Amino acid sequence: MEQIGTVKDREQQVIEDFAVYDDWMDKYEYIIELGKSLEPYPEGKKTEDRLIKGCQSRVWLDARKEDGKIWFSADSDAIITKGIISLLIGIYSGASAEEILASDFSFVEKIGLSANLSPTRANGLVSMIETIRRMAAE
Amino acid sequence: MRTQQFIELFPILQGTSVNGKPLVYLDNAATSQRPQAVVDRMDEVNLHANANIHRAVHTLSAFATEAYEASRDAAVRFLNAESRQEIVFTQGTTSAINLVAYSFGQAFVHKGDRIIVGEAEHHSNMVPWQLLAQRTGAEVVYLHMGDDGLYDLSELDSLLTHSTKIVALAQASNVLGIVNPIKEMAYVCHAHNVPILVDGAQGVVHCKVDVQEMDCDFYAFSSHKMYGPTGVGVLYGKKKWLEQMPPFLSGGEMVGTVSLEGTSFAPLPQKFEAGTQNFANVAALATALELQSRILNDSELNAEFSQTVKWLCNALTSIDGLTLYGAPGDVPMEFKLPVFSFAVDGVHHEDLAVLLDKMGVAVRSGQMCAEPLMNHFGVTGMVRASLLPYNTMQEAEYFTVALKKAIKMLK
Ligand SMILES: Cc1ncc(COP(=O)(O)O)c(C=O)c1O
Repeated sequence: MEQIGTVKDREQQVIEDFAVYDDWMDKYEYIIELGKSLEPYPEGKKTEDRLIKGCQSRVWLDARKEDGKIWFSADSDAIITKGIISLLIGIYSGASAEEILASDFSFVEKIGLSANLSPTRANGLVSMIETIRRMAAE
Repeated sequence: MRTQQFIELFPILQGTSVNGKPLVYLDNAATSQRPQAVVDRMDEVNLHANANIHRAVHTLSAFATEAYEASRDAAVRFLNAESRQEIVFTQGTTSAINLVAYSFGQAFVHKGDRIIVGEAEHHSNMVPWQLLAQRTGAEVVYLHMGDDGLYDLSELDSLLTHSTKIVALAQASNVLGIVNPIKEMAYVCHAHNVPILVDGAQGVVHCKVDVQEMDCDFYAFSSHKMYGPTGVGVLYGKKKWLEQMPPFLSGGEMVGTVSLEGTSFAPLPQKFEAGTQNFANVAALATALELQSRILNDSELNAEFSQTVKWLCNALTSIDGLTLYGAPGDVPMEFKLPVFSFAVDGVHHEDLAVLLDKMGVAVRSGQMCAEPLMNHFGVTGMVRASLLPYNTMQEAEYFTVALKKAIKMLK
């Protein structure tokens, strides 16, 4: 798989995608679609050490480094969470550690996700972002 | 009174909106909403009668003390306890149970003894006993729960050995909302000379409680689930037990005489109320208890409410792929609290709760502090809708429409 453009480009693209929706339902339907179409995640990688803490649902995130780039794969048993992690992976997978660490993840607010999510969900999102950053820093 | 009149007592139920939608609050089993009168009483004490209780001779302190102790009288009446000495104020159900696990445990539980706990209990009525067992070398034995949400009396009977020191069970589970036959359970325990602690956190919200009739040895509940202030709970304990139990927390207020060589303790119930109490909030408990007594006896309000509850119960069970846990099928409706926990095939509980929230409906999702119970049913979590008599038929209808919409979006 190859990524198109830079992390910044992809963040911008997501912001534009979401700008189309002014109704919360459409937005969530889109997130649910993203969740459903996420690439299958190997059952064998659903391990305790890949589980992200701080989410009500279970979220697994795996990172693989190749040629200076980081490739993420993930899964969740909740479809909305899966859609959100899919969104994150879509942007940050295939980027270099420097690029990931340089991002301020402000697109999350720009697409109205942080405000639109329930408090535990917002925490889950924070945990997901922290995990992505930690994996990049490793 | 009519439902509408009851609603008018609660400012938050007057047109609050959430995510642009009218709030439909169905997370009452976690905490109820508070009526203006309860908040007014807290304010009154905070603003006009604030002085530390029991300690000073000045008049203001006497006012505050009276306000605090009036709640004890109210609790005695509410539970039909024998005396004021049997009512200990705590921070809630959790701290009441911890008090007993620690203090009763200190006095009576030793290595090799048995403690019986229900497998469907809230973590607050499970972990304190596990820790007590760890400290003492005693053993926790779990009483199984049937799929109908009831504990089995004959199993309880068979578990009660000579070495059993205490039994801890909920009047009703916060997940299943099925009311257990506590009086019969107490009878079985007492036939073996074993005391029983009843976690009344959910039961007290919907059932009239008479501790003498129930004949339980301890009864614990939280004020905040029953229209009262947060940070306040009641522990009822039979005097014969409380007298034999050592203090839990120690410090000011709970002492008789203190010298460098040792200390004697204050009489009941002060022995268990060390330090400055949450007196303004405790004072407002009386207001909540009076309201609750009125509500439980209000046949007009309850008739409307039970219609709503029955309607919702039927509406939920008729949704495709929805499993209701603790369904009233095997037990009469009067033993089912308006607490509906369910799972929907192929849909995650958290997704449902998120989408319902977008539609203004507040429900609980997850393990609900009862992980062993979730394991019993083989699920990672459930959605719970819990009602109080201020919830209307329209809200129940709106909730089912919203739920179906959410399920459709997720499937
Ligand atoms: C059955 C049961 N027990 C104990 C508790 C704990 O109550 P609190 O958190 O008020 O101490 C709750 C409520 O969360 C409950 O539902």
